[in-house]
Amino acid sequence: MLANPFRRALFPAALLLAGCAAGTPGQINDPYETTNRRVHAFNKSIDENLIRPFTASSADGEGEDKRENGVLVVVGNVGGNLTLPGKVVNSLLQGRPGKAAQNTGRFLINSTLGLGGLHDPAGQEFGLDEVDTDFGETLYVWGAPEGAYVELPLLGPSTQRDTLGKVVDLFIDPLDYVIDDHEALTITGIKLASKVSDRARFGDTVDSILYDSADSYAQTRLLYLNHRWYELGMEGGEIDPYDPYEE
Amino acid sequence: MGLLAGGAALAALPAQALDTNEARALIQQSLNEVYGVINSGQPPAQMYQQFEAIFARYADVDVIARSALGPAARQLSPQQFAGYKQAFQGYIGRKYGARFREFIGSQIEVTGAKPVKSFFVVTSVAKLNGRAPMQVEWHVSDKSGSSKYFNIVIEGVNMLASERAEIGAMLAQNRGDVAALTAALQRAG
Repeated sequence: MLANPFRRALFPAALLLAGCAAGTPGQINDPYETTNRRVHAFNKSIDENLIRPFTASSADGEGEDKRENGVLVVVGNVGGNLTLPGKVVNSLLQGRPGKAAQNTGRFLINSTLGLGGLHDPAGQEFGLDEVDTDFGETLYVWGAPEGAYVELPLLGPSTQRDTLGKVVDLFIDPLDYVIDDHEALTITGIKLASKVSDRARFGDTVDSILYDSADSYAQTRLLYLNHRWYELGMEGGEIDPYDPYEE
Repeated sequence: MGLLAGGAALAALPAQALDTNEARALIQQSLNEVYGVINSGQPPAQMYQQFEAIFARYADVDVIARSALGPAARQLSPQQFAGYKQAFQGYIGRKYGARFREFIGSQIEVTGAKPVKSFFVVTSVAKLNGRAPMQVEWHVSDKSGSSKYFNIVIEGVNMLASERAEIGAMLAQNRGDVAALTAALQRAG
């Protein structure tokens, strides 16, 4: 069932991987900075004109009130639940059956008791927190190099390895194989809305990076890479290679 | 002679001056004060001032400010550096204070401490409502003469590296003029 789309995904995949320069963990590899900066300016204008005005309304209020706020949070939870089957596949491909089982349990509980992910009994009552993963991580586990840093139009910061991962993730989501086209469209819509919900939830932090920074491109790049190295558990990622006492 | 030998012994054994328990206690105490402010319900401007004071008390502001400015710090007179450092400290208080306010209603727990390289890493977990737990690391050193933290790493994102990039960009915007950077920092954050 997976074979056909998987094979179709492999050709561009091989091309992209061949283009990956060897990256050193803990170091920024950004040969396409000029292009990336242009894309960043574009993404920022999209955020400013289309996304921020929409999400800002739910960012009113402070502290706890903000998180309780409305439709976006609900959509975010449902959307998050729908991404779990794809994550289970990736954990299996990484040879991590324990993590696959955790997300499977989470998906089953929240889809039923949690009313399709509206609520989170799996996390709150069963201790089954989400294991976040994707095909970019699978590629890392398989030994693929990180490649260059890239900022993608609309999708934001990434690396060549993670970009390829995003493409493959479109093909290996088991949900796509059990639903029809109409449902697929609905699910894509919910997942997209879920991204908007994240933007609202982390609104102030995103604002401070995009609009208050002297160089929002450099901040975005650093935050993305530092966080990604940390998620992947890369050696040296969390220790600043630069000792402030040795200058 | 005795003094000299004592000094040499101290220099050879920096680990004796600060140990894992002390590093851990320092962070716990600093967090208690931060949470005291977070849960006090004061208006933001007052909170930011208090965050700045806590930062000045527990962090090695001198080394953080110097590191953020990079090589340009070496060309400054002590007065110029002091002015920049003061502005930097206020900027950090406002910028990170605004982020801390998102922690209202949350809990943070110190989970461990261990020596790494020439300093100590204190680990903690922040539990925010409706979000996956966040790992926050504190890097503590006594190289300044007293035990202070010089870096905070939230989910892999480290403050020292972010501020080095940010202050570097601000300095470039001000054409390398530290006085202009200092003035910009007083408004930023």
